[in-house]
Amino acid sequence: MQSVTGYPRNHVQVLPERIGAVANSDFPGHYPGEDHTWSLDKFKQNLTLRVDRLTPSRIEFDLIGIDASIANALRRICIAEVPTVAIENVYVYNNTSIIQDEVFAHRLGLVPIKVDPRRVKWKPLPGPDGARVISLGADTSNDENTIVFGLTVDCTRRSNVRRDETDPEKLYENASVFSSKIEWQHKGRQYKHLNLPRPADVADDGMPHEPENGVFDQPPQPAVDDILLTKLRPGQSINMLLYCVKGIGRTHAKWSPVATASYRLLPHIEILEDIPPHLATKFQQCFPPGVIDLEYDERTGENTKVVVANARLDTVSREVLRHEEFKDIVRLSRIRDHFIYSIESTGAYKPEDLLPEAIGVMQTKISDVEESLKKAFPNHMPKKN
Amino acid sequence: MSEVDPNAMDEVSEQEFDADKIKLLPGSSEDGTAATFQIIDEDHTLGNTLRYVIMKNPEVEFCGYSIPHPSENKMNIRIQTYGNISSVEALHQGLDNLSELCTVIETKFSEKILAGGYLAEEP
Repeated sequence: MQSVTGYPRNHVQVLPERIGAVANSDFPGHYPGEDHTWSLDKFKQNLTLRVDRLTPSRIEFDLIGIDASIANALRRICIAEVPTVAIENVYVYNNTSIIQDEVFAHRLGLVPIKVDPRRVKWKPLPGPDGARVISLGADTSNDENTIVFGLTVDCTRRSNVRRDETDPEKLYENASVFSSKIEWQHKGRQYKHLNLPRPADVADDGMPHEPENGVFDQPPQPAVDDILLTKLRPGQSINMLLYCVKGIGRTHAKWSPVATASYRLLPHIEILEDIPPHLATKFQQCFPPGVIDLEYDERTGENTKVVVANARLDTVSREVLRHEEFKDIVRLSRIRDHFIYSIESTGAYKPEDLLPEAIGVMQTKISDVEESLKKAFPNHMPKKN
Repeated sequence: MSEVDPNAMDEVSEQEFDADKIKLLPGSSEDGTAATFQIIDEDHTLGNTLRYVIMKNPEVEFCGYSIPHPSENKMNIRIQTYGNISSVEALHQGLDNLSELCTVIETKFSEKILAGGYLAEEP
């Protein structure tokens, strides 16, 4: 439906100096004679989801027919509220490297850990009412909520190196310490909690231990092996224990399961009048390659007919609006309810698991509020329709 | 039309921890058709989605939310109805509708992932 501005109602106007018609207006009572009451069936019908790309680390999909508030909620939850496991406490037994203990500990915290967060329990805060207390014996860590890694590296001189060698990587053993040096240490009955084969040095408890769905998981490890942690020189060494717990990105970004979770609205280009043949190439060059095609034009006998080939590739730079000859014959906009998501996982979750997890968190939020609402206002139970 | 009992909140707040999650702020109408709720530990994620879905209710005259201070993890949501339902009911309906909406997206997403037919190489 066209509005008085000439833009369809579901378009966000992209104007030279500003954007217009940003807010959604499909609410009951907004348009006379139109019904915009919430309807699950209508929503189901209008909702379109298209997965464009799924690789081991990222997913790209189009979600069409939802409001920005829903789209944004899913994005926000992906970033800040889907839990992962990250290094929280570092016990430094020895660190003679150039990096100070606290800086190194912070650096270690940011290393993404590949362990299924759904198999790790939340670590309760030790104090009364869940307060954070620092006292001996108050630790609530156990094999279900804490994963322990060791980091032990010594740098030594290598023998049999050429006299004129200057490359430290060739001169010294462990000149660079990478995340691959972080080694998981099995604790308690973790092979059961984490769905792993029983380690050889752990006694059989006599209880049956079968892999879930026929396959064991991979043992906990850094998601990427070649993250440079520090550099060492001969005589320097590191000996640390790294304790990982489950947390969310709102507490600290190290717990965020995504490297990026973002969306953009699908760009739309409308050409209102024919572009004069001599300006066709100039018009095409106002857009990134592939957005505008020049087709065969009968009047000129050359490829001067301007058509929009793929508006999706447009960066919406608005370059075309800077030119006097084009600014009134082209209309730029974005589709308000067409979200192009791009979510990159840090490794803890498969990329296709992130959105379902985010929706799960959302459902928990909803039921939490609903439960407390029922408790706070017991005489106001909803009328079932 | 039912009334919001001002004492209902006090009775339960001592029993259950999560009853503290939501409370009624001053400024509600006598008949319970207009009220501002304060929800603890929620932010724009739930605030904006709830506002949207509650505004979709034709019985609701007004719905708006705010986060009064960024350092306090509190979210205020105000609901005014035309009078046929109480604001608490409107909030309940909003939560139910939002939950349905999420389920639809999740179902659709798993369907499409199983169906395949997408690019598999890095961009």
